[in-house]
Amino acid sequence: MATTIDPRRQDDLRPPAPRTRRRRGIVRVRWYTYLVLALAAAACIFPVYWMFVVSSVGSEAATQLPPRVVPGGNFLDLLRLVFETVPFVRSLINSFIVAALIAVGQAFLCSLAGFAFAKMTFRGRDALFLVLVLTMTVPAQLAVIPQYMIMSQLGWVDTLQALVVPGLVSAFGIFWMRQHISATISDELLQAARMDGANSWQIFARIAFPVVRPAAAVLGLLGFVNAWNDFLWPFIVLKSPDMYTAQIAIKALQSNISVDLGLAMAGSFLVTIPLLVMFAFFGKQMVSGIMDGAFKG
Amino acid sequence: MSATLTPGTLRGVKPATATRPVEKRWERLAPYGYVAPFYVLFLVFGLFPLLFTFYVALFDWNPIGDKTFVGLENFRLLAEDPRFWNALRNTFSIWIISTVPQLIIALILAQVLNSAFLRFANFFRMAMLLPYITSVAATAIVFAQIFNRDYGLLNWFLELLGFEHIDFMSSAAGSHVLISVMVIWRWFGYNTLLYLASLQAVPRDLYEAAAVDGAGPVKQFFHITLPSLRPVIVFTVIMSTIGGLQIFTEPLLLSNGTLTCGTARQCQTLSLFLFEQGFGSFKFGYGSAVGVALFAIIVVVAFVNFLLSSRLGRKG
Repeated sequence: MATTIDPRRQDDLRPPAPRTRRRRGIVRVRWYTYLVLALAAAACIFPVYWMFVVSSVGSEAATQLPPRVVPGGNFLDLLRLVFETVPFVRSLINSFIVAALIAVGQAFLCSLAGFAFAKMTFRGRDALFLVLVLTMTVPAQLAVIPQYMIMSQLGWVDTLQALVVPGLVSAFGIFWMRQHISATISDELLQAARMDGANSWQIFARIAFPVVRPAAAVLGLLGFVNAWNDFLWPFIVLKSPDMYTAQIAIKALQSNISVDLGLAMAGSFLVTIPLLVMFAFFGKQMVSGIMDGAFKG
Repeated sequence: MSATLTPGTLRGVKPATATRPVEKRWERLAPYGYVAPFYVLFLVFGLFPLLFTFYVALFDWNPIGDKTFVGLENFRLLAEDPRFWNALRNTFSIWIISTVPQLIIALILAQVLNSAFLRFANFFRMAMLLPYITSVAATAIVFAQIFNRDYGLLNWFLELLGFEHIDFMSSAAGSHVLISVMVIWRWFGYNTLLYLASLQAVPRDLYEAAAVDGAGPVKQFFHITLPSLRPVIVFTVIMSTIGGLQIFTEPLLLSNGTLTCGTARQCQTLSLFLFEQGFGSFKFGYGSAVGVALFAIIVVVAFVNFLLSSRLGRKG
């Protein structure tokens, strides 16, 4: 059997099955279908949009009734004030460093482990995989006190590696990449490579990873989003304003009573912009990524 | 084709006969190396701290490292501490108000999004994921403003309808509702997508056969949709139990960053109480005892939920 990789599939995250699913859909579209969906979409979009409206007008827009829905022209002025009030540039850079390293780490390490679980046979594999799935249900957040003690022993309190290192690889990501690798890479292809004398690392790096790169990229994006938005752990472990991530910086901005509401909203919106830009470009892939990671019947 | 499955080889693939013994041993160990980073990090930053929580809870322990063994004294104090019971009540109240509507809304929307010939399907899906990619810290200020007592949009609207203004954060019920609204807003779209993915995998013939037999939409929902979605419903119920019972950031930020979540602790959750004891009062031992109690509660509730939700749609 010829084992060529279907080129279409490289850009399409869905495993091959959905191709036959064009005639999906059970419920007929009715008059209220769009009404329900439009209301839900509006509820999702409005808070973010309104944050921009207030950021672009000033605090008076927050208290104006009936609510103002048209953006103004003060966004850049307010931003300048934000940068003068808190060391925001530093915080944004910190967030970028942390989120980017976690994104790269997850895309690579989860693919590698997912490859081992999907395509290699080794003693204890199934037991290890069961453990991996079970770790997803461990409520690790309530162990923050010992986690802090460990960081303090390592001398990592108030450093960025305290945020990066624990997030470099995740059970969810490994589970997810295993699904993708099982669904998109045929055993025959790997066998052919093995016959040519390639070892497992070469097979991963030259064959498996290039094929699942789109899926790994979406995993990286989700990792970036989660790391960028993380609050509790940075809040515990970061002490000095120079080390703050953007989320901690806007918390400092919001709880400063002398800071005006428009300013706080502008800071909050600024922190959201990188994610909105990312979402505009890759939102569709993120949606199908989340749906592919889901249980299917 | 009968490939022998030896350890360390690719599945269904015979090892190349030319490999030298040293290389072969490396190949055998390679998969362990590939999966090791996860297990190492989980041991150091996940499992060990969790077990260590049980140990620290038996001590009077302060951040400088002074510790005195006190046995189960922390747990005795906890059982008598009204702040603990208050936090427990708040946690459960917020968890139920936020989880139940969230999953029901998601179920309905997934059904609607699964309509045949739906236009703008991609737009609706993306819109529903938007809350998930925004941060709690950034949106908390928006929700606080919308629900503000004097100038909030919601109270303005209530006034138009002839109701009194509500000061949400000042009462237990009000603050729980506000926190839950924010949680629902963030997660209902994400859960909708999970349900939708599962719905799309249900064979259409099942519905056609049911329709032929005269089953209406409601009957179809309870006899086909719900049983087909059982695995994903169990998954989302367990995950929102584990997440919901640990809720921290929303109550903290909606109450202007106070660890007590209001002067009367009206919305202090167990996670906030743990944080207050551990990092506010520097009682690592007592804080860890709260962690142990929360752990036990999560295990019991998650297990009960697992039993309940896996019975869903199963007749008799």
